[in-house]
Amino acid sequence: MDTHASTTNLPDSAEALAHAPEGTGIEHAHPTWSTYWKVATILTLITVGEVWAYYVPSFVASRAFVPTLLSLSGLKFAIVVMFYMHLKYDHRLFRVLFTGPLLIAALTLLALMFLFGHIYIKIM
Amino acid sequence: MTARATHLPAAHAPAPHHYTTLGLDSRKVAIWAFIGSECMLFVSLISTYLIYKGRSVIGPFPHETWTDPSTGQVLKPILNIPVTSASTFVLLMSSLFMVLALAAVQNKEQPKRTRGERILGNSKLWLFMTALAGTTFLGFQAFEFTSFVHEGLTIRRNLFGSSFFTLTGFHGAHVTAGVLWLVTLLAIDYRRGLGSRDSLLVDISALYWHFVDVVWIAIFTLVYLIK
Repeated sequence: MDTHASTTNLPDSAEALAHAPEGTGIEHAHPTWSTYWKVATILTLITVGEVWAYYVPSFVASRAFVPTLLSLSGLKFAIVVMFYMHLKYDHRLFRVLFTGPLLIAALTLLALMFLFGHIYIKIM
Repeated sequence: MTARATHLPAAHAPAPHHYTTLGLDSRKVAIWAFIGSECMLFVSLISTYLIYKGRSVIGPFPHETWTDPSTGQVLKPILNIPVTSASTFVLLMSSLFMVLALAAVQNKEQPKRTRGERILGNSKLWLFMTALAGTTFLGFQAFEFTSFVHEGLTIRRNLFGSSFFTLTGFHGAHVTAGVLWLVTLLAIDYRRGLGSRDSLLVDISALYWHFVDVVWIAIFTLVYLIK
């Protein structure tokens, strides 16, 4: 007799999951409440920084303005995705499902901007 | 000989068909695939906005003043950054409320000893706060759209109007769907109570809500802040 007989008709990994609380999936523990509050504070501070930068004419006129705002926006995007959407803690497949289309979309955006937008490559 | 029971204990897991061969719940895989496709939708709308940016022949313009040659009327830059910053803050806070709602549902069965634990563990409160913040954001957007129309910017006025209203209107429609979803969850919570066995339902709605938030993070920078 097989002493490791399964008690369910699920695949092994799903069976393991079946004995975990629903909704956790194959994933690590989610952040605590205090982490969520810290993340919210960081997001608020970055947003305040962005808006403050918008009202500094010398900074707006400088070449650093657009890259800085894009970097801050990308940072906020990544923080929300990693901590609030739990992508940092969840299964790798979810990361692939999200970053794959996002990468394709970003490359399409860049290509379109080179073709029709305001980005130009100086040749010679 | 392998002994296999055909049924799971009811308290442990949903029906077996919800699992993929990786052992992941198919509903969660589906929402991530949906979010991936939504990324492409919004990037196409953002691309359109960026390509048409600065190519409007007539005003009003987002960041520059414009004088109507036929009437001599001077139109100020149309974007209202303080109002939009406030609505952005509200949407960011709604994401915090949403994760607190999810944590409250996941930890429903844990004993709450202090007042703080009871507040943090109150899923109804956080679901309500999230829905309220979403509705407030929609109120800001309605105010913004109305004031734009009063100042002469409609979807048919110029390239900026067409691409702006399409992009932010699509986002607003997604927020509206999210608020309706949250209200439904809140109604379920009041009717029978959401427990840890329902955490996946809240998790899926939370993923959608946070996605709506990250899209706005991109829109706020690309449309409102970058001149």
